[in-house]
Amino acid sequence: MGGVRAAWPICIGYIPLGLAFGILAQKAGFDMLDIALMSVVVFAGSSQFIAVAMLGAGAAPASIVLTTFMVNLRHVLMSSALAVHLHSVSRWFLSLFAYGVTDESFAVNIVRFRDGGWHPYQALAVNHAANFTWIASTVLGGFGGQFIAAGSFGIDYALSAMFLCLLAFQLRGRIYALTALVSGALAIAVSLLLPGNSYVVIASVLGATAGFALKRYGQGDGGSHA
Amino acid sequence: MLEAEYILLVVAMGLVTYIPRWFPLFCLSQRKMPHWLVEWLDLIPVAIIGSLIFSDLFLMGDPRKLEVLQLKSVVAIPTFIFALKTRSLGGTVITGMVLFWLGTALFGG
Repeated sequence: MGGVRAAWPICIGYIPLGLAFGILAQKAGFDMLDIALMSVVVFAGSSQFIAVAMLGAGAAPASIVLTTFMVNLRHVLMSSALAVHLHSVSRWFLSLFAYGVTDESFAVNIVRFRDGGWHPYQALAVNHAANFTWIASTVLGGFGGQFIAAGSFGIDYALSAMFLCLLAFQLRGRIYALTALVSGALAIAVSLLLPGNSYVVIASVLGATAGFALKRYGQGDGGSHA
Repeated sequence: MLEAEYILLVVAMGLVTYIPRWFPLFCLSQRKMPHWLVEWLDLIPVAIIGSLIFSDLFLMGDPRKLEVLQLKSVVAIPTFIFALKTRSLGGTVITGMVLFWLGTALFGG
């Protein structure tokens, strides 16, 4: 059950987010069943927030679906990177696994896969522990999340700290640090220029390509130690 | 609520979320990828994590605004150093949370 243990920072981070989503949805007129349905079927934090806001503003369903698609397109990249480590499993397993690919589960699993000895079933356990926490906390938020104090114990920082640590784990050479810096700077620049969440995809593709080019064609020993 | 229209909307949202998660796994994982693709994909995680962190730490509000110096980004410095030194995920998460909590208490975010 190393998978469930590896998922705890995600779970801590999902609780305040899930509660916040539940509270927001409840205020917008959703009942607990509505909230549960969306959390089970969609399971994507940011696009759920956006969908509730758009529904509240009277947006057309087609535009909500299109926005959801755009927001979640970044998972193409994450699943592609995860695919490298999932050769040995059945397509049924992959289809189940795909359901739980989020920014957070991706980051935790890819680092563990790289370190070696991480079993696909442990990775699946990470996905589902996070999934369960998300569903439970969104429904709880819809039930009475306003009674839980916001911001207690720095819980709002759990996911930021988790990503910081996973970034530290990923810096296995100069080329990785450079790729992270370039991608991060590009993400800021693109996100200020373009609305929506497409900046993650654009910045990651450009940043990884820049790192790749540097590693292959760059001068000096920039990447040879990586 | 839970009308047919809402169920339809949620199912459509679920599909457009699921397919991008599923397609690369289904298509890429069972075949041999060219070497350059593996090498490129090797840089994708650090690129994604970099993009997510930078936008998480330095962008605030809606519409987004660049705010380089604020509690979130300042707390990130000792948290990141702690992560580099200890390589402990649990310790880093706790450290980040405590520092952020203290910062909020002292400076009100």
